[in-house]
Amino acid sequence: MASTVSEIAEVTRPEQVALRSSLWHEAFLRLKKKRLAMVGLVFLLVMAAVCFIGPFFSPYASGKINTAMINKPPSFSHWLGTDSLGRDILTRLMQAGRISLTVGIASMVLSVSIGALLGALAGFYRGWVDQVIMRVADVLMTIPGLPLLFIMGAVLSEWKIPTDYRIYIVMVMLSLIGWPGLARMVRSQMLTLRESEFMQAAEVLGLRDRRKLFFHLLPNLTPLLIVVATLNVGGAILSESVLSYFGLGVVPPTPTWGNMMDAANTLIDFQKRPWLWVPPGIAIFATVISINLLGDGLRDALDPKQKR
Amino acid sequence: MTSYFLKRVFYMALTLFGASILIFFLYALTPGDFVDTSPKLTAERKLELKAMYGLDKPVVERYFIWMKNALQGDFGYSLQYQQPVMSLLNDYIWNSFLLAITSTFFTWLIAISIGVLSAARQHSWFDALVTIGVFAAMSLPVFFVGLLFIKMFAVDAKLFPAGGMMTIGSKETGLAYAWDVVQHMFLPVTVLTLLSVGTLTRYFRTNMLEVIQQDFVRTARAKGLKEKVVLHKHALRNALLPAITLLGFELPALFGGAIITEKIFNWPGVGQLYMQAFSVRDYPLLMGFTMFLAILTVIGNLSADLLYRVADPRVRLK
Repeated sequence: MASTVSEIAEVTRPEQVALRSSLWHEAFLRLKKKRLAMVGLVFLLVMAAVCFIGPFFSPYASGKINTAMINKPPSFSHWLGTDSLGRDILTRLMQAGRISLTVGIASMVLSVSIGALLGALAGFYRGWVDQVIMRVADVLMTIPGLPLLFIMGAVLSEWKIPTDYRIYIVMVMLSLIGWPGLARMVRSQMLTLRESEFMQAAEVLGLRDRRKLFFHLLPNLTPLLIVVATLNVGGAILSESVLSYFGLGVVPPTPTWGNMMDAANTLIDFQKRPWLWVPPGIAIFATVISINLLGDGLRDALDPKQKR
Repeated sequence: MTSYFLKRVFYMALTLFGASILIFFLYALTPGDFVDTSPKLTAERKLELKAMYGLDKPVVERYFIWMKNALQGDFGYSLQYQQPVMSLLNDYIWNSFLLAITSTFFTWLIAISIGVLSAARQHSWFDALVTIGVFAAMSLPVFFVGLLFIKMFAVDAKLFPAGGMMTIGSKETGLAYAWDVVQHMFLPVTVLTLLSVGTLTRYFRTNMLEVIQQDFVRTARAKGLKEKVVLHKHALRNALLPAITLLGFELPALFGGAIITEKIFNWPGVGQLYMQAFSVRDYPLLMGFTMFLAILTVIGNLSADLLYRVADPRVRLK
């Protein structure tokens, strides 16, 4: 019996690989036709490249305080002006972009992993596992996200977490808010998938649960997960910026787009020095809209049947 | 139907119980409270105050006291305002409601008209423009838009007041008072509308596109009805139907206050109250308001499901 199974597996494998790669290829071709999605993708790549490589070419990358150059408007030596400590805004904007993008992506990876895993477990095992996981998800979804984030941010400030660590805790906080919705989605997909015929085949083959989950069920959800993951990054960047703007997320000296906008809290900076707080706001907006365009294009490309 | 309803109510109670535990312990385990952060008090006075507010009891006991009172509709006393939390919420919530209901009205008005128009002209340049606009609206960081609007329209152009609900020191009554409030509402309502109009327009556009493809629309066209009648009478009604569930989901937004917008525009609503309570760690107020939001969410979800059934009898609730 065992040898027959492996034989079958060997015979079918090359074909499966070819089929899968062509499906991905087709999806990519469909994506390439979505002009808006491609604009978003290219913009994101450029943005990431500028943020991660740009500071190496900047003469102001050390972030040294320069008392002679405080709050100067944009000029040839400082393209976006300088801040209250005489630091170059453009350089800080790029350095902040590194953090904001990293926080967005890392918290997406966390929340998608947690959400997919817990949702899959709930849908696969049902019974008390399902009950426990989904009730916890219900509770987290009952309290609107922003107040919950604010509470956690305030708790963080009270516990006097060192500023270097806060960025990691902010990632965890954001993923805590993000996973329940995804878990619910994955669970409902799981409930249908587990009744399908290929799962009966997997049952007959006597596969272990772990194998069924990770090699047969979850791969079917990859398109869904890719789309949700992409859109999640945008949401995470927005939430992080709000939190950091109110001083409850990542705090200075670590720059993020959100806490750079803190300058707008000072009346004179707000009224007379827009170069301090407008560029980070535009950076957030441009990044998030690109992500949303890309995510929407991906949805169409990966799952043409799904309604928009 | 009755058994479905009972099951839902049971789960609602369970969820709210879980939420109350989470909310209480998040606040209760935070070091530092209203008494501790006040610099003016002596050590003895602090102990006295803590005993008065019950802060000296063990955490678990405090939870049950809070819970018992909350079940009777008493969320405690705001430490900062020295008023019951419920009456404080009652004072501020109607300002929030005014803002929310106005922006909801405009959001729906704009979303329905643009959604229908762009669905009727799918693939036109207007439709493409709407699609981009929808994405832009969905990607706006709310605090940035608020700040930008204040800078452009209030500080630079001086068209509208920068914040608050009425001109300070104004003693106007009647129509003049209403006009003053309307002027102050203009910017926050615009921001709120801009933020939510994207998702809703997309929703109506998708619904409309789906309905247009159905057989009864073809029949209506085959009967020789004018395209305007087909779209606005036959298709639109059916596209609006599923949107009735959204009313349920809107509930927390209507009464919960737009926290960031109210904060930025200094609007005297519950959202602003909440942010103020944060800076002084007024825990009873924070817990009461968060719990209030959770209750609204749960009720909103239930009414969304029930409304859906009313709107579409084909739906069977299990």
